[in-house]
Amino acid sequence: MGELFESIIEIVRRTSSEIPKDVGQGIIDALEAEKKGTIAESALKIIERNIELAQEKSQPLCQDTGSVLFYVDCPIGYDQISFEETARRAVTEATNRGYLRQNSVDSLTGKNDGTNVGPGAPAIHFHQHQADHVEVRMILKGGGCENVGAQYSLPNTQLKANRDLEGCRKVILDAVVQAQGKGCGPGILGICIGGDRATGYEHSKIQFLRKLDDQNENPELAELEENILTTANKLGIGPMGFGGNTTLLGVKICAANRVPASFFVSISYMCWAFRRHGAELERGGKIKEWLY
Amino acid sequence: MTNLTTPLTEEQVRSLKVGDPASISGVIFTGRDAVHKYLYEGGELPEGVCLEGGVIYHCGPVVVKDDKGVWRVTAAGPTTSIREEPYQADIMKKFGVRGVIGKGGMGAKTLDGCNENGNVYLHAIGGAAQVLAEHIVKVRNVYFLEEFGSPEAIWELEVDQFPAVVTMDSHGQSLHDKVAADSQAALEDNL
Ligand code: SF4
Repeated sequence: MGELFESIIEIVRRTSSEIPKDVGQGIIDALEAEKKGTIAESALKIIERNIELAQEKSQPLCQDTGSVLFYVDCPIGYDQISFEETARRAVTEATNRGYLRQNSVDSLTGKNDGTNVGPGAPAIHFHQHQADHVEVRMILKGGGCENVGAQYSLPNTQLKANRDLEGCRKVILDAVVQAQGKGCGPGILGICIGGDRATGYEHSKIQFLRKLDDQNENPELAELEENILTTANKLGIGPMGFGGNTTLLGVKICAANRVPASFFVSISYMCWAFRRHGAELERGGKIKEWLY
Repeated sequence: MTNLTTPLTEEQVRSLKVGDPASISGVIFTGRDAVHKYLYEGGELPEGVCLEGGVIYHCGPVVVKDDKGVWRVTAAGPTTSIREEPYQADIMKKFGVRGVIGKGGMGAKTLDGCNENGNVYLHAIGGAAQVLAEHIVKVRNVYFLEEFGSPEAIWELEVDQFPAVVTMDSHGQSLHDKVAADSQAALEDNL
């Protein structure tokens, strides 16, 4: 059915069943940080075993295979319409092959036609770049962790959060406390400071394309990331909210310009079952190289 | 680690404390939104289902029929329990259910019910679909498949050492309440 079609199915398969290396390492490190014999440690051990099993069997890491999000970097003049048509067919085929659960519901009728395709699903974000090749990245975003995402408008009187980085820190840590026990922690935060309500969330999700061990180019944001990560892990929330040392595995923050009247902090929460992969494609659509 | 085999007695349940790891063997029944609402509104249990001393699992499993026509569970992580908060305590009391397995914990009404009637809430590991499916050794039966659809049906599952943690016990203790209070206090120290 065409090389692009098969490549996209393979990207879905890997994304659904294999945790990216950087996240896998994060979980191994977390396991070492927990006290032996605690329920936090045993929760992480089960998670680690689950990661191994899913990869071995090419089965979904979690039964909630999430919203399917594509991020496509393409050259000038690339045929986005054909890509989208192929991607929609590939998502349905990947569902038939069991890599995705039948997970997309018509919001008005409540019907699930089992294809994982419909208005807005899958979501495909195109971005032109100067290079002459195509890169396809994918995130599968589960519902439980999506439900605990939050958007704050600063100033926030209750949290005593002003329109500065300290104010951002306060609302982000509040979101961590509110999310406990709900989003299948340890989690990873993607955050955008600024933007409008829509672009704020959009940029917060794009942060999930960054590797956990990368370095933010902006020193102020790099410091804030580090600060939130260390502070959150001192709160004692732990894996699954059982108590423990690992509340978060990573924090990724970006900033976008805002209008003077608004100051939003948009926070997306990703569960431990962080499903993200991507590949550079050859001209014909074949996978050339994996990106994570 | 406490090994529990169904049906559970009140004495067994009363001996469990918040934070205890437990492993469950025997038979458990899945039930989520549709089943809870139905039973709460006076619906009868289907013939063949007895919840006396039983365990309800908040889960919408992925179940497939293999070549021989036998049901197999391929993914079976817990779903968020709090949605059943309005119904849970009453259902446990009415049908003699001893335990509930889910994720995220439940609220005050369920905690009071656990205390009063000798019930327990067990937390499974969210997202661990593959590991948990391995502890489900057999699908014994399914009820309400037509009426409620596969994820919402009652699946009667045979489990072997299904891992969970007691996070709400029958003595009024909730690990969720404790961690929430402690983390809020820790946050204030770190602001
Ligand atoms: S939050 Fe993540 S791990 Fe938990 S059930 Fe949803 S997708 Fe799975």
